[in-house]
Amino acid sequence: MKPAPFAYDAPRETAQVVELLAKYGDDAKVLAGGQSLIPLLNFRLARPDRLIDVTRVPALSNIEPRDGSLVIAAATRQATLERSALTAQGWPLLIEALRYVAHSQIRALGTVGGSVAHADPAAELPAAFMTLDARFHLRCARGARTVPAAEFFVSYFTTALEPDELLEEIEVPPLPGGTGYAFVEFARRHGDFALGGAAALITLDARGMCRHISLTLLGAETPWRSPQTEQVLVGNPPDEQNLVEAAHAAVQGFEPSGDIHGSTEYRIGLAETMALRALRRALDRAHTGGRPT
Amino acid sequence: MSTVDLASSTRRVRIEINERAVEAEVEPRLLLADFIRERAGLRGTHLGCEHGVCGACTVQLDGEPVRSCLMLAVQADGRSVRTVESLGRGGLHPLQRAFIECHGVQCGFCTPGILMSIEPLVQEGRTLTREEIRHALSGNLCRCTGYQGIIAAVELALSWAHT
Repeated sequence: MKPAPFAYDAPRETAQVVELLAKYGDDAKVLAGGQSLIPLLNFRLARPDRLIDVTRVPALSNIEPRDGSLVIAAATRQATLERSALTAQGWPLLIEALRYVAHSQIRALGTVGGSVAHADPAAELPAAFMTLDARFHLRCARGARTVPAAEFFVSYFTTALEPDELLEEIEVPPLPGGTGYAFVEFARRHGDFALGGAAALITLDARGMCRHISLTLLGAETPWRSPQTEQVLVGNPPDEQNLVEAAHAAVQGFEPSGDIHGSTEYRIGLAETMALRALRRALDRAHTGGRPT
Repeated sequence: MSTVDLASSTRRVRIEINERAVEAEVEPRLLLADFIRERAGLRGTHLGCEHGVCGACTVQLDGEPVRSCLMLAVQADGRSVRTVESLGRGGLHPLQRAFIECHGVQCGFCTPGILMSIEPLVQEGRTLTREEIRHALSGNLCRCTGYQGIIAAVELALSWAHT
């Protein structure tokens, strides 16, 4: 099928995007890479009156360091982030997550902020940003505000963004030196929507005990950051028994919805397996100083 | 910035396709794939699923493989596109010869998208393992061949690029 008619704006500055959003609000939709929105338009599952194309705004496509943090402008292409040396050096979890995002042909157009604002429960980047304690900078004509990842994802395809707000930047804080990381997921075919997946970070202290743990599962209503996993491991040795217990703790309260591709029970079991694999791989990397293995 | 007030308004776009500038008045909802097929008259780009899964519509935008069904023609304004018609203008491209030699083609519907996905790898003279070739092909579906001929063809074309 083909999209229903819509009006189209291609502003060159963030201020103009914000003005248009203030004027049209709910009737308008931000178009970034279009890799999720255009399929919805093609199948007429979405029929916005107006699209505001943000990919011609230079300020919205940029990756830079700021006070030790990584700042990704929202319309930065996923392929650009994947090739960013700065990201590979300080935040390799994002690179590992990106490799699971659809196919290279999709990442060539798809944007980092687009994936975040779309908030698909199977999406990789929201889970990765949740694990990394990212902060989302939003802007509208009324002003600007910053929302932490834990408060940004509200429900399926629903975020804290108001109809007149633009996701402008994503800020990812620095990780302690030697932090081990891992992103793992399972899908029937490469590039399919994930049936289960996990993002993990492990920082060890000088005695080899777990100092900082962050584990997020994808596939539920919002990215599922497990406080129980952190409680099981922090201050304790990361031995196999503790990792198994931590992975089991991770799925307590985790409620993925079942569908034709997998029941809820299957997805919970899979998520526990993914959590354990992510913790093991992150631990291996923590032992080698956080370098890729 | 220009604002279109009527949903049916058109705008003028200029897209370079295979080194030829194609200008047309288009509705914002026109997909790049349909611009290529209907306005530029290049029917080698095929439309399969129209939601980015099958890869038949893959073309190169400023040198990078992308789905032409997941991009509006207005978004490609001022940019450069290559389609399958750009290959083998002076006889068959090595990739095309390899597909014939290895029986990588049956009905041919998926072939243009596969060629445009793989061509940059051949161009760069990349050395890929069989596993990496399978990964590089993972964004393109073929319902005829069972893929073995396609994988062999890519392997052969890459080996020629090194000799």
